[in-house]
Amino acid sequence: MKRMKLVMVGNGMAGMRTLEELLEIAPDLYDITVFGAEPHPNYNRILLSPVLAGEMTLDDIMLNDLEWYARNGIRLHLGRKVVGIDRRARSVVADDGTREPYDRLLLATGSDPFILPIPGKDLEGVLTYRDIGDTNAMIDAAGRGGRAVVIGGGLLGLEAANGLALRGMEVTVVHLMEWLMERQLDRTAADMLQKSLEQKGLKFMLRKQTRAILQGPEGRVRGVSFADGEEIPAELVVMAVGIRPSDALARSAGIHCSRGVVVNDTLQTYDPRIYAVGECASHRGTAYGLVAPLFEMAKVCANHLAMLGIGRYQGSVTSTKLKVTGIDLFSAGNFTGGADTEDIVLHDAVGGVYKRLVIKEERIVGSVLYGDTVDGAWYFQLLRDRHNIGELRDHLMFGQSHLGTAGHQGQNKAAGMPEAMEVCGCNGVCKGAIVKAIKEQGLFSLEDVRKHTKASSSCGSCTGLVEQILASTVGGAYAPQQNKAKPMCGCTDFTHEEVRRVIREQHLLAIPAVMRFMEWRTPNGCASCRPALNYYLISTWPHQAKDDPQSRYINERAHANIQKDGTYSVVPRMFGGVTDAAQLRRIADVVDKYRIPTVKVTGGQRIDLLGVKKEDLPKIWADLAMPSGHAYAKALRTVKTCVGSEWCRFGVQDSTQMGIDMEQAFWKLYAPHKVKMAVSGCPRNCAESGIKDVGVIGVDSGWEIYVAGNGGIKTEVAQFLCKVATPAEVLETAGAFIQLYREEARYLDRTVHWVARAGLDYVKQRVVQDEASRAALYARLQFALQGETDPWAERAQGGARHEYEALTA
Amino acid sequence: MSAGIERVRRDTARPGAAAGDWIRVGAIEDIPRLGARVVRSAHGDIAVFRSAEDEVFALRDRCPHKGGPLSQGIVFGRHVACPLHNWSIGLEDGAAVAPDRGCTGRYPVKVENGIVYLRV
Repeated sequence: MKRMKLVMVGNGMAGMRTLEELLEIAPDLYDITVFGAEPHPNYNRILLSPVLAGEMTLDDIMLNDLEWYARNGIRLHLGRKVVGIDRRARSVVADDGTREPYDRLLLATGSDPFILPIPGKDLEGVLTYRDIGDTNAMIDAAGRGGRAVVIGGGLLGLEAANGLALRGMEVTVVHLMEWLMERQLDRTAADMLQKSLEQKGLKFMLRKQTRAILQGPEGRVRGVSFADGEEIPAELVVMAVGIRPSDALARSAGIHCSRGVVVNDTLQTYDPRIYAVGECASHRGTAYGLVAPLFEMAKVCANHLAMLGIGRYQGSVTSTKLKVTGIDLFSAGNFTGGADTEDIVLHDAVGGVYKRLVIKEERIVGSVLYGDTVDGAWYFQLLRDRHNIGELRDHLMFGQSHLGTAGHQGQNKAAGMPEAMEVCGCNGVCKGAIVKAIKEQGLFSLEDVRKHTKASSSCGSCTGLVEQILASTVGGAYAPQQNKAKPMCGCTDFTHEEVRRVIREQHLLAIPAVMRFMEWRTPNGCASCRPALNYYLISTWPHQAKDDPQSRYINERAHANIQKDGTYSVVPRMFGGVTDAAQLRRIADVVDKYRIPTVKVTGGQRIDLLGVKKEDLPKIWADLAMPSGHAYAKALRTVKTCVGSEWCRFGVQDSTQMGIDMEQAFWKLYAPHKVKMAVSGCPRNCAESGIKDVGVIGVDSGWEIYVAGNGGIKTEVAQFLCKVATPAEVLETAGAFIQLYREEARYLDRTVHWVARAGLDYVKQRVVQDEASRAALYARLQFALQGETDPWAERAQGGARHEYEALTA
Repeated sequence: MSAGIERVRRDTARPGAAAGDWIRVGAIEDIPRLGARVVRSAHGDIAVFRSAEDEVFALRDRCPHKGGPLSQGIVFGRHVACPLHNWSIGLEDGAAVAPDRGCTGRYPVKVENGIVYLRV
């Protein structure tokens, strides 16, 4: 098939991101030509401020070098400005006469700096701040020293002023409004910001309207005069009063523009062959000037260009971070509030910390943080997800930053960490390595950082720290992961919830059927979606959907835990942690017979046999004659117990028997993730029920049930669910809770993650208050467990033999 | 074609067949679709994979990352995910998917009349 021609006008971040996304999903669909008016390949525009400040070099901020274009077969016309579009002939023409025909045209012309229409605006020494050329001109000018005036106290103006001051100029910022960055900050935060910038040596003139730029003897700028008659001297004037979408080209071709090229939710202009992304586009009346929304547009646009036709861009909520070293500032959403909003404010003027959250109907709609922005990403996520903060309200101000408690030396603020300090204890990644990768590889998302550095890709405990490092390195380009709309994996755009719903509504019974129905992009999924789909199918349609062993992780396929050297471990089940001489004797015999190198008592009150050869597994299971402990599975692991009232002088309930009963009732269930339970016989809680998925504590009058605890990556104390009187009620309540988790959690959610999202009130409603719901849940669990067999017993008798035997050559 | 199979039969009948000869390792049906089997050889373990379309691939059973047994991973498309740390390895070229870097050895493999042959 002949390739279609795609021409892109503009060689900036939004356009290039679109091409990168497109090449990933449809590498062979188009012959691509790119026109760039600047003489450079694509660079990271948001890092111009660190370049101006002397903290980075131009080489550091290049995103795609010339070789990249060549490697991807993209024809690049640098330094050529497209001056016309002939829509009838479907071609564009550049200022040097180059003509390129197109089947699809992508406009990514970005924006132009707004120039105040005042006398002297064209004088030598008057600059704007937009591209590499401007940045170099400012660096040159600063080299000559002297006084600079920056007109505009917004984000860009302040970053320019800071950079010039660091390069030794005496800088005055002139601003028309009452306070700095009035579009991102409230007065309190702006005043604090101004104070710290003054301490860095900047001067400010607020509520000042510039009337003219004054000409000196050699035709160069010599100063600035204001509407009130005042004049100040300057050898350099930088106009940073705003940007406007660069839509002149589209306008000249008769494409509808209104403060930007008007696009629909698939980023098409009024001419459907012509797309627009980035700062030049106007979507639902908004033209965005920050990078994060541009990347969201790029994804949708690439999808549409690839003719996959899925995905719509529905606008973005943006956040801002000032890239001035030593100043921590974060702002998002509607920070001014209104009659129907309320504020939560923390203000420590001496300590230099100000946090304000604007709340409307129990949801965060805006936030301003100054001095301590550690939780900015978290607040932003709550804002974007429209998360109900009712349950969080009391401690919202103190942050959360979903940090684990282990593996990073108790650090919770990335900013204070030295470069050499280890951030990710699993993969041994230090802060410096993460920052370097973000800058050199041009990374913008947590996923990218994980892929390239492995930081936070294992246990995830340091995710919050990595997000902080990312946010502070890329500033406003950082967009936290969107929890609600996150697709299941790269094979689909559907979320876990949507996939589950479709499986239920369409009565889908097999993985290929789901993939066909939901139009998976890959022929048979990936290692991430297949296990999830398999779980959703068998948990939604027990006894109807057939388990697919090839879509199970090796541990669940082999029913043993793979170890680092490729051997396996065997953990037989000991109900309630109780064993006897016969079992121990058989275990000892197995250890001798198969020369098992390590025998270890586990934290779950049972015995682990490590270093077993795979082919020995079925024979060992036969010799042990004990049921599978499922220590390898997303299933019920152990029910830990204390000795309870049978022996303990303090015990008030028979916790051991309760634990045995629970384990007998639930031991064959599969779940979204592993499930751990515990039963203590008195409030001394020796079985550690407070950190289990289901923890039961015996009291004199009955049993207290706690749920959603976790002793792992981040210690989470289980929350009180209810109190019941009898063991039968414990079984029913615990079973109903687990069944609800089985039905509604995402695959790989632990109970704590699911309850945090669903809300404990909802869980209580379904499991405690609504008796019919509880009974129905419990009945569905019983039905699912009917006829479940012990996987070890089956395999000891020769089942799934191919899994354990090698082929012989 | 039939001569080739004849020769293969002779080779497998003789222990210690010369390097470079096709060795019969079993029927394609012995390998689960989207799965793998291990073949023990003098050169170490070899993982033989079968895709959804019944293509067969053979790689040294060691992930270039930390030596994980690739035969135990989840097979998808023409890739396998290493069971130890989830690196994706291409079944055709044995190479890790970027940004990870590394490569594991490949072995020639063919299927004739439902029988899988390997050359070590």
